[in-house]
Amino acid sequence: MPFYVSPEQAMRDKSEYARSRIARGRSCVALQYTGGILLVAPNPSRALHKISELYDRIAFAAGGRYNEYEALRKAGITYADVTGYQFDRRDVTARALANWYAQTLGTIYTESQKPYEVEIVVAEVGDTPADDQIYRITFDGSVSDEPGFVAFGGQADQVAGRLKEKFSDGMSLAEALGAALEALTPPPATGTAAATPAATNGELTASGLEVAVLERSRAHRTFRRLRGTRLEELITEARGNAPAEESAPAAEEPAADSGEPPTGPAPGSSDGIPKGK
Amino acid sequence: MTAYFDGNKGWQPAVFLEPRIPSFTDFLAAYSPGLLPGERGLSLPDVAGGSDVIRDLPHATTLVAAACDHGVVVAGDRRATAGNMISKRDVEKVFRSDEFSAIGMAGVASIGLEFIRLFQVELEHYEKMEGRSLSLEGKANRLGAMVRGNLGAAMQGLAMIPLFAGYDEEKSVGRIFSYDVAGGPYEEHRFHSIGSGSVFAKSALKKLYSDGMSATDATLACVQALYDAADDDSATGGPDLTRRIFPVITIITDEGFRRLTDAESAEIAQHVVDERMRLPDGPLATLRNG
Repeated sequence: MPFYVSPEQAMRDKSEYARSRIARGRSCVALQYTGGILLVAPNPSRALHKISELYDRIAFAAGGRYNEYEALRKAGITYADVTGYQFDRRDVTARALANWYAQTLGTIYTESQKPYEVEIVVAEVGDTPADDQIYRITFDGSVSDEPGFVAFGGQADQVAGRLKEKFSDGMSLAEALGAALEALTPPPATGTAAATPAATNGELTASGLEVAVLERSRAHRTFRRLRGTRLEELITEARGNAPAEESAPAAEEPAADSGEPPTGPAPGSSDGIPKGK
Repeated sequence: MTAYFDGNKGWQPAVFLEPRIPSFTDFLAAYSPGLLPGERGLSLPDVAGGSDVIRDLPHATTLVAAACDHGVVVAGDRRATAGNMISKRDVEKVFRSDEFSAIGMAGVASIGLEFIRLFQVELEHYEKMEGRSLSLEGKANRLGAMVRGNLGAAMQGLAMIPLFAGYDEEKSVGRIFSYDVAGGPYEEHRFHSIGSGSVFAKSALKKLYSDGMSATDATLACVQALYDAADDDSATGGPDLTRRIFPVITIITDEGFRRLTDAESAEIAQHVVDERMRLPDGPLATLRNG
């Protein structure tokens, strides 16, 4: 014998459920730097990614339940590839993808028993920093346009608060990474825990981080993962000049990681797309 | 979740969210088959004069490929031929398919270009979905299945065949794969050529090719072979010195795909033409070895 549950109550329960489940995870951030967009997620796994490439100039990042955001990631790649094949590669935009995700998550939220426990970010690097776009889509299909930076998943509000203090326009890659790491590291708890040595407690290291960039200057596919020694060097640089005055050289080339399939040609080479006969 | 959406097939995101094999072509075949290059050919009406229309479509002609030291060279002439007319002088037939491979095509140019675009998306789609590239054999096999998908259209005259070459990262060698209209792949050793001038190009390469050639030498051999093809086949274009249109030359090595710039390709072609001013039939092969 089913009980009557008012629609208000049902929706409240779903929201409450999704929110509490998402809040259990770790937060991730995406933010602009002069050369593009940086995405950082605490993630000890080398294989199960939270951040990935959607299209030439568009990246995907998610927090929450892995199997659900992985399905959404693959669906987004498919949607982008169909659109790009049907029209032209330039006709795939972050705005369209964000709307598509919002539509999908909104429908799942209203029509299914259990909402998806995910929060998604779709970021697109433009030709200039003013053209960059970052969208955040939550479990109920709400979509917001986040200029400059965004924190999502886990305790997103607190991380966003810390990131807001550190973020400024025109940061170098190392400065942006520094800001991201500081925002992602919870402040030392007051009281008993404060006695532990500051540097060892909860500090994020290269092996526990997933970091990727959308590099503005690259032709064709702009998504690059930063890993290994390159990431370690960047973290050292970011921590070394946390309040850095001297910015690193702008032409930073993330080292190609041998373990990863290449995702595009070197800068300046032909993109290899047939341009008609 | 999937079970829930099953009753609602018209709802687009459900189709996208279903778990499936990461093949873009297979997805399109189920989702929107009209977007595939070969599918529309199947419904060609059988009317008088139809074959003339197809014969007069631009056709891409000659391609050559030659393995070299730790890599492979693929080059193509620039002519598209429609019946007995030249329909285009600067067509491109060789493209990057991904970081470590190149694809070229001979046959109906419109189908071929669309097909290559599909193959490029196919490789990139797998790479993004799975976070790794397909193996070289995987790419070659996939291409074979895709070519077979075009068989219906090919039977009606809309035939095109690709030539696929890439750098095998596991074996550190360049490899070449050929196809027929029913698919493939057939692995070719040392060198290969397809298209209308391929008989002449292959004969030329037979005399010019030697194992373990450097990429520079293999490139020169390919351009010589294309010259010989153009010399004897009216559908193949030679270097166009007046308009500065030269063969498209690509080299795939452990450093990835590289297409020679117009200036580089012009220099090689100019060298070949200069030599032919003295020796119109090209370099002489030694008659007696040892």
